[in-house]
Amino acid sequence: MAKIIVTTSGKGGVGKTTTSASFSTGLAQRGKKVAVIDFDVGLRNLDLIMGCERRVVFDFVNVIQGEANLKQALIRDKNNDNLYILAASQTRDKDALSLEGVEKVLNDLADEGFDYIVCDSPAGIERGAHHAMYFADEALVVTNPEVSSVRDSDRVIGLLSSKTRRAERGEKVREHLVLTRYNPARVEKGEMLSVKDVQDILAIPLLGVIPESPSVLTSSNAGAPVIADPLSDAGQAYQDLVARFLGEERPMRFMTVEKKGLFNKLFGG
Amino acid sequence: MDLMSFFRAKKPATAQLARDRLMVAVAWQRDNDGRRNAGPSYLPQLREELLAVVRKYVQVADGAVQVNVQREDGLEVLEMNIALPDAKTGS
Repeated sequence: MAKIIVTTSGKGGVGKTTTSASFSTGLAQRGKKVAVIDFDVGLRNLDLIMGCERRVVFDFVNVIQGEANLKQALIRDKNNDNLYILAASQTRDKDALSLEGVEKVLNDLADEGFDYIVCDSPAGIERGAHHAMYFADEALVVTNPEVSSVRDSDRVIGLLSSKTRRAERGEKVREHLVLTRYNPARVEKGEMLSVKDVQDILAIPLLGVIPESPSVLTSSNAGAPVIADPLSDAGQAYQDLVARFLGEERPMRFMTVEKKGLFNKLFGG
Repeated sequence: MDLMSFFRAKKPATAQLARDRLMVAVAWQRDNDGRRNAGPSYLPQLREELLAVVRKYVQVADGAVQVNVQREDGLEVLEMNIALPDAKTGS
């Protein structure tokens, strides 16, 4: 049975789409059949991060409105045969999605044999975010160690436990904390909330800590998920995160300041 | 103490400030969005037991019994909702 995972945060710009792209790519690299859906109608972005923006012909709204079938709209990832992207509509307004329409697409994807369906939520807590989270079995709550992001994540955790199909059935959406843009040097100086601070406040299990890294920007420039860069610390942190999601034990890395050796100082780490 | 560390020492540890402020903001938020109201730990079990009692008489679906605590104007109300199946299919 397909598992539905929403990537959500409340606040914008914290790394939802970056996380959706790397998480779905990582699952696909491990042999899972994965579909990743951009729910940000009107502000399509996942296609750019995944590097398939020039291959978008039909989108999510076209499928819901019957203007294209699912097979026509799913874009196969350039590097992973078992990863497919469903782009958001760039032209329609937010009202183009309906819960019934979303449910039908999710059911059709499950029938197609997808193992995981990753729903990349738009920012905010309005309809688009509601549509993205409503059918979720699990949630990646993406948070920056910063006051407004943590508070917004707490709001979203409240919505996950009340405004989802699982909540309505008296079940729980399994929540995972993904702490992004983490800067251990600033944490040590007392300038940034620590992992423990954020965990204490949000009180959901930690799935991964992604260090603040220049490679997130350079990967997005090139249209490749950062997880595909084996030399990137953020990419490696996403690899660990995916492994943990699939039940492997992986120690948390990149949470303390690394003492750079002479070699690294000279040639970059 | 050199000059640099003198200036550094003047900086407060703002992370602690952020943590303290968030604790308050989040507690307030949880009061207001109904999560604490969904709080009493006996609610899930109450729901299960009610469901069992209802099922002695009528076959209902798993989600047919809803139990909530609502807080309005300082008054707490235990709200129960039991959805029966259509008359044709009910026993």
